[in-house]
Amino acid sequence: MTVIYALYGIAALLLLAPVVALLGGLPRISDILYGSVLVVAAALCAFGLNGLLLPAQSSTVVLPLGLPWLGAHFHVDALSSFFIVVVNLGGVTASLFALGYGRHESEPRRVLPFYPAYLAGMNLVLLANDAFSFLVSWEFMSLTSWALVIAHHREPGTLRAGYVYLLMAGFGTLALLLAFGLLAGPAGHYDFDSMHNAHLTVGLAALVLVLALIGTGSKAGLVPLHVWLPLAHPAAPSHVSGLMSGVMTKVAIYGFIRIVFDLLGTPDWWWSLPILGLGGITATLGVLYALMQNDLKRVLAYSTIENIGIIFAALGLALAFKAEDMPTAAALAFTAGLFHVFNHSLFKSLLFFGAGAVLTTTNTRDIEQLGGLIHRMPQTALAFLIGCAAISALPPFNGFVSEWLVFQAILQSPQVASWGLKLIVPAVGALLALSAALAATCFVRAFGISFLGRARTAAASNAEEVDVSSLAAMYVLAALCLMAGTIPGLFIDTLAPISHALVGSMMPHQTGLEWLTIVPIAESRSSYNGLLVFVFVTLSGSIGAFAIHRLASDRLRRGPAWDCGYPDASPATQYTASGFAQPIRRVFGASIFQARETSVMPGPGSIAPATLAVSLRDPIWDSIFTPVASFVSFIADRLNILQFLTIRRYLSLVMAALVLLLLMLAIWP
Amino acid sequence: MSSLSFDIAHLLAGGLVLVSFLELYQDRLLALINIFATHAVVLALSVAWQADIQHAPHLYITALIALLFKAIAIPVALRRIVVKLSIHREIETVVGVGFTMLFGIGLVALSMVVMLRVTPGADPLAREDLAFSLSVVLLGLLMMVTRRNAVSQVIGFMSLENGLVLAATGAKGMPLVVEISIAFSVLIAFIVIGIFLFRIRERFDTVDMQALDRFRGERR
Repeated sequence: MTVIYALYGIAALLLLAPVVALLGGLPRISDILYGSVLVVAAALCAFGLNGLLLPAQSSTVVLPLGLPWLGAHFHVDALSSFFIVVVNLGGVTASLFALGYGRHESEPRRVLPFYPAYLAGMNLVLLANDAFSFLVSWEFMSLTSWALVIAHHREPGTLRAGYVYLLMAGFGTLALLLAFGLLAGPAGHYDFDSMHNAHLTVGLAALVLVLALIGTGSKAGLVPLHVWLPLAHPAAPSHVSGLMSGVMTKVAIYGFIRIVFDLLGTPDWWWSLPILGLGGITATLGVLYALMQNDLKRVLAYSTIENIGIIFAALGLALAFKAEDMPTAAALAFTAGLFHVFNHSLFKSLLFFGAGAVLTTTNTRDIEQLGGLIHRMPQTALAFLIGCAAISALPPFNGFVSEWLVFQAILQSPQVASWGLKLIVPAVGALLALSAALAATCFVRAFGISFLGRARTAAASNAEEVDVSSLAAMYVLAALCLMAGTIPGLFIDTLAPISHALVGSMMPHQTGLEWLTIVPIAESRSSYNGLLVFVFVTLSGSIGAFAIHRLASDRLRRGPAWDCGYPDASPATQYTASGFAQPIRRVFGASIFQARETSVMPGPGSIAPATLAVSLRDPIWDSIFTPVASFVSFIADRLNILQFLTIRRYLSLVMAALVLLLLMLAIWP
Repeated sequence: MSSLSFDIAHLLAGGLVLVSFLELYQDRLLALINIFATHAVVLALSVAWQADIQHAPHLYITALIALLFKAIAIPVALRRIVVKLSIHREIETVVGVGFTMLFGIGLVALSMVVMLRVTPGADPLAREDLAFSLSVVLLGLLMMVTRRNAVSQVIGFMSLENGLVLAATGAKGMPLVVEISIAFSVLIAFIVIGIFLFRIRERFDTVDMQALDRFRGERR
């Protein structure tokens, strides 16, 4: 199937935007819009699946748009097909969720027109086959998502989030622009096919690598360029948050793979060092940040940063193994990274939808205000629990498989020849292991505090179950999480053509193995069978439950939950989110976040309450962004005088600059 | 190319630079307008000569545009403005005329050095043309910077644009549509500036730019 069909789908999405903007006042317009986006996204998803399963059919289209001598090149291959599936699967489920969720939207006309345009922008990035179309689509994606972020502009903090996002997006695009400029070379071949053949010198290639890391990393949320992400993702409406966190960060990963694996040519081993290092740091810092937060959506946003770190670490490993001429290991690491891309898009969308469901019914994102939701919203709680288990990498869900594959790839590192990698890869592995454990802590905390225990506020105790379509969206994702976890071999084999195209080798064929086992390298080394684990967990759980109910008592009793020995005390005596995070905060936060706890104990006889205040500082803001911001504002203050010159002085400045440049040209040897 | 046609092209382009110097020197408005008309006539001649030696008939249209608009229409309109505003009086310059002329000579030398250096492989005629046109542009800019009267700033702007046209015709293969659009934009600019002149005059009773500066609260 040629790429033109995908372009028709994108055109349909782009057409929906102005139509909805014009018809925004009609009743039930949001249902109509989300319904039609769902259909188009499903069609695009089918297109991607088709391209992924029948990979021989890559096709190119040149449209007479954009730069006159270049045109707009669009191309689809296995890699873009895979990401089209990821993006549009997210689009389908987000639209399904929004069929119910969108009815609670206070200002639908600020959201509806941008939603299909945003989806179209992400799809265009994946199809673009020249630097110009890529950058235009990339900016289009950024701007439409920015419009969605500031949709609720009256809420405090949203405008600042939008401002920071816009700055970082512009900065990232600038870096990408420079990277493409270097790749295009002095002759200016901006289509990707010519860039393949460009052979850059070592220094230039390193520069392109750094610029690509900055450009795509700022969109994906790589530390230290992540600062906008935890501000912007929670500010958007929840289905859009799901798309931004689950899907748009993946589009950034696509950009990174496209530039570094595809366009930049054969890697050197040291290319992987910055990627591995940043990946490990991002994973650990992301989850540590997540543990310090009390805002449910912000926890999820920081956890996205952690997962991006894991993906980048896997890609760095793939690059290292590719450069070291270890094709099997490279294929393993690359496939693990892509599989985690897919998995993270599933469970992060699921979790954001769950957070959105909680937000609609309780009007709060603060987990300290929640509690006991499992009784009021059992369906949402189950779906959210599955998402939490998946993101914490618990078998039999999908998160375990991809993280296990990443660790299998890390275990290949002793065979690497260069000592730099031999030393750094295990260190990165340790960081990833730490972050995996902390992620489990983080989601035990997020689920436990908000869904278990007793309701802490009236809003939480009056919560109601959400509507059917929102639940359907969550359960579709939960089922996919389980499916990818129990039959991973199918997914790994589907990713094989991509790894063959980009790292030159593929993992061994998995689907033929007995009992759906997956064996990444050799059976003697390691194997995993998600289906058996699932059957075992289900059987033992059912037998256990059956035995308890049969042998103990079949009468349902409901006792006070988490009462800490004070049966009738207020819900405030329960474990709090801050309390749960305190050990981690003391171990890691004291040095990284300069966490300080100040407790005030009232003296004897005083009836004032004791207070405990925690102060955290963000090391990235303090060390990088605040100095840069104050420097820029210092310069701007100095240059402010230039705003108020006379016309003649402006002309004199122009002339002086011109003469100066000409003089340089004349004097330069 | 015969050396005679080269010499004539050289002469005309050099003449344009010379007339630019005349503009810099002249400090009476009406005389300045006359010199500007001369500037445009020399430009038209130069372009027409280029059309002849390059066998590019569309350049004749450019020459015609230059002659009609810049040598006749705009000077006539400017003259009417000046008469209407009754500002035939002597105009003052910021720095002394001598210093301005010296600086202008420096600029011409600079543009020669730069242009001859960066275009070693090009057609000699195009090289000379580019060097002269850069000089004309720089002199036009210098005129805008040193003059305080709005009318003479307009003339500086117009002669700067003449330099651009000279550069465009010197380079072979300049599409006609670009030249027409440049001519058109200059005309629009002239109209807009003319309207502004009257508005400024209405409001401040002068077209001296210092009045505007005073109005904006600039300290001198």
